[in-house]
Amino acid sequence: MGDPIGTLPLILKAILVALVSVGVAHADWRQFRGSGVDGQAPAGSVFPSSLDDSSIQWKVDLPGRGLSSPVIVGEKLFLTAGSGPSQARLHVFCFSTEDGSQIWERQFFATGRTMTHEKTSNAAPSPCTDGERVYALWSSNDLVCLDLDGNVQWIRGLMVDYPNASNSLGLATSPILVGDILVVQIEVDSQSIAVGIDKVTGTNLWKVEREKKANWSTPVPLGEHGGKQLVALQGSAGVTAVDAATGETVWTHGEGASTIPSGVYRDGVFYAVSNGITAIDVVNSAPGETPKVLWEASTMRPKTPSPILLDDRIVIVAGDVFTCASLEDGERLWKSRGEGGTITGSVIAAGNRLCAVSEREGIVQIIDPTGDEGKVTAKLKLGDLIQCTPAYADGAIYVRSDKMLWKIGG
Amino acid sequence: MKRILLILSAAALGLAGAKADLAGDIETILTIGGEGAGNEAASKAWQAIADATEEAAFFEVLQAVGKNNLADNWLLSAASVVAEKNAPDVEALKTFLLETSNAPLAREMVLDLLRSTDGEAATKLFAQLRNDPAEPVRRVAVQFYIDEATRSEEAGQKNVAAEQYREALQAARDADQIKTISAKLEEFGEKVDLPKQFGFLMRWKTIGPFDNLGRAGFDTVFPPEERVALDATHIGKDDAEIQWKEFETANPFGMVDFNKAYGMLKEVTAYAYTEFDSAEDQEVEIRLGCKNAWKVWVNGELVFGRDEYHRGMRIDQYRLKANFKKGLNTILIKCCQNEQKERWTVEWQFQMRVTDHTGTAILATNRGPTPETDKVADLKPNEA
Repeated sequence: MGDPIGTLPLILKAILVALVSVGVAHADWRQFRGSGVDGQAPAGSVFPSSLDDSSIQWKVDLPGRGLSSPVIVGEKLFLTAGSGPSQARLHVFCFSTEDGSQIWERQFFATGRTMTHEKTSNAAPSPCTDGERVYALWSSNDLVCLDLDGNVQWIRGLMVDYPNASNSLGLATSPILVGDILVVQIEVDSQSIAVGIDKVTGTNLWKVEREKKANWSTPVPLGEHGGKQLVALQGSAGVTAVDAATGETVWTHGEGASTIPSGVYRDGVFYAVSNGITAIDVVNSAPGETPKVLWEASTMRPKTPSPILLDDRIVIVAGDVFTCASLEDGERLWKSRGEGGTITGSVIAAGNRLCAVSEREGIVQIIDPTGDEGKVTAKLKLGDLIQCTPAYADGAIYVRSDKMLWKIGG
Repeated sequence: MKRILLILSAAALGLAGAKADLAGDIETILTIGGEGAGNEAASKAWQAIADATEEAAFFEVLQAVGKNNLADNWLLSAASVVAEKNAPDVEALKTFLLETSNAPLAREMVLDLLRSTDGEAATKLFAQLRNDPAEPVRRVAVQFYIDEATRSEEAGQKNVAAEQYREALQAARDADQIKTISAKLEEFGEKVDLPKQFGFLMRWKTIGPFDNLGRAGFDTVFPPEERVALDATHIGKDDAEIQWKEFETANPFGMVDFNKAYGMLKEVTAYAYTEFDSAEDQEVEIRLGCKNAWKVWVNGELVFGRDEYHRGMRIDQYRLKANFKKGLNTILIKCCQNEQKERWTVEWQFQMRVTDHTGTAILATNRGPTPETDKVADLKPNEA
C-alpha cells in the first residue's frame, strides 16, 4: 500500500504531522485502565508490531511490591509500591518515561492494616492523575495527593477515619477521578462505604454506605446524563449509578454483579459484569427507575480481568481463554486461548489490537481480535510474575512486577 | 561597624523568624483532624517546611512525629525533602536515633538515612539497637544478629551459632523472626517455649454455642456480654442448655479452636473468658488473630469489634490498646462463625497475646506452665 499520506500536498502533511505530534504529547494514561477507565489507548495509538528482547527500552528495579498499574503524564510515569516485612512502607515513584531514571520518590507509613493475601500486596490499587496531581491509594487505605513534582498536597488515613473499612485479604479497588471529584470505593464485609473527595482539598464531599460484602472492582465514569456526571459503583448486589457530585443514587441495576472485574462504558452504554455481561442503556435509563437492559450475555463471564471493547466487539478473559462477542447483541463470535496460562491483569486496546500479559511467566502478547478467532501476533516473555494491568503511552507498553518496571516498545 | 551590627541583627531576626515560622508550620500540621480537616492549611505548611534547608529543621520536624498519627506522614515526608537537599550529619543522625524518647517512625526513618549514608556507623549501633523499644528499629538489628548466626552455622561453628540464635531470640519481637530463630534452635535440639515467648493466653473458660443465624449473632447481646457468671446455665442455639467449660490450648501459637469444644458448627457464636493478673497498672496491647467476626472486652469495656468472616488470619492481625490495672483484669472475646460451607471456612478460632507497644510479651503473674496437651472439660464446681 505504501505511504498512505504520500499523495497529500506538503502543507496538509505538515498539518497532519503537527496534529499527531500534539496528540502524542498529550497521550497520557491517567487512571487504572487508562484515562477513560476503559483500557483504551488514545485514538491513533498502536502497539508494537513485533516483540523481542530488543523491544525492552529500559527496565528498573523496584524496592517494593505491588500490583498497581503505572499512570503517565507527558514524560513522567508514576507508580506505587509497598515494602517492609508487613508492607507498611509506602512508596510513590516518579520515573522518566524517556530512560527510566527516577525523578523523585516519596515514602509514607501505613496508618491502616496492611495485611493481605500473599498473592496480592498493599500496593494493589492503581494511582490516578488529573495531569496536575497524583492520587495514590494503598490497601491500608492511606490516600496521598502529590503534585507532579512530588510535593504533598494532602494526605488522608481512611482507616483512621473508618476503622473497620478494611479487608484481611487486601483491598484493590482503584480511586477514580470524575471531574473534580475523587471517587474512592471501599467495599468490605464490615464498614463498607464509598466516598467522594474534593480532589484539591482532600475533604469529603459525600460518603454513602455500601453493601457489606467484599468487593475489588473499580468505579467507572459514565459521562454526563441529565446534567449530572454519573459514576457506576459495582458490587455484589449489582450496579449503582450515582451522581459523582453528591453520591446520590440515580438508578440501580440490582441483579448482582461481579466483585472483581469492573465494567466498561462507551457511547451511552455500560457493559456491566453482571449475569455475565449486561449491556445497560445509560442514556435512556430514568432516575429512580430500573435501568434499561439492552442485552445480556450470560455465558460471557470474565474471571479477573475487566472486559475490553473493540469497534464492534467486546472481549472478556477467564483464565487464559479469550471470548469475543458482538457489541450489538452479545452474541458470541469466537473463543481462543492466549499464551502462557492465566491472565490476571486487565487487557488494554490500541488500534483494534489487544495487549494482555500472562501472570506466571509474564508473557506480553499482542492479539488481533478482528477475525474469526483471536490471534497472537507478537509476544515477549518477561519471565516474572505479572499481575498488573499494563499501561500505554506513545507507542510503549509499561508493565510492572513485584520487583521490576519495564518499558516495552515506543 | 554599626552597619555590620545591623546586618547581623537583621540576620538573627530572620533566623528567629524562620524558626518561629517552622514551629508554626509544624503546629499547623499537628492540628489536622479526621476526614481531611485542616488539609488546606497543612498543605501550605508542608510546602513551607519542605522549602527549608537547615539541618536543624530536619530534626525539629522529626521531633514532632508521634503526636498525631494523621500528621506523621505529613511531617516525615516534609523532613525527607529537607534531608534530600541537605544530608544530615552522621553524628547528629546517631544522636537522634539513640534517643529512645523520639518517635519510632522518626527513628526508623533516621536509621534508614544512617544506613544509606554510613552503613558501618549504623552496624556499630546494632548491639545497642537490638533491644530497642521501636519495633522497626529493633527488627533491623535483630536481623543483623540472625544473619551473623547463620554465617557462624555455615562456617561450621554450631556452638557459636546456637548462642547467637539464643541472644537473637531474646531480642526478637516480630513473629517471623521468632519463628525463624526457634526453628533453628530446635534443629540444635533446643526446645523454645513459644507460647511464653510470645505471651499467648493459653487458658480460657468458654461457652457456646449461641446462635448466629443470618450473621445476627454479632449484634445480639448474649448473657456473657452483660455479666460473666461462670456457674450460670444459659440457653444457647436450638434452646440447648449450655455452661462454661475449661479450655486449655497446647498450640504453640496459642490457637483457641472452638471446633474442638463444640464440634464443626455453622452459624454459631461462642465466648472465651480469662483473667489476667497484672503486676502493675499499665497500658497494654491486646494482639489478636481471628478470621471470624469478633468483639473484645477488657474489664467489661468493649475495645473493638469486627464483623468480617474468613478473609485471613495471622499473628498480631489486630492490635488493640487497653489499660490494665494492677491485679485481676478480665478479657472476654466473642467469636462468631458464619454460614459459609467452603473448605476454607471451617475455622472458628482465635489467638490472643498481651504485649507492650514494642511487642514484648507481658506475662500474667497468674500464668501457669505452658499446657502440654489440649484440654476441654466441664468446669469443676470450685472453678465456676
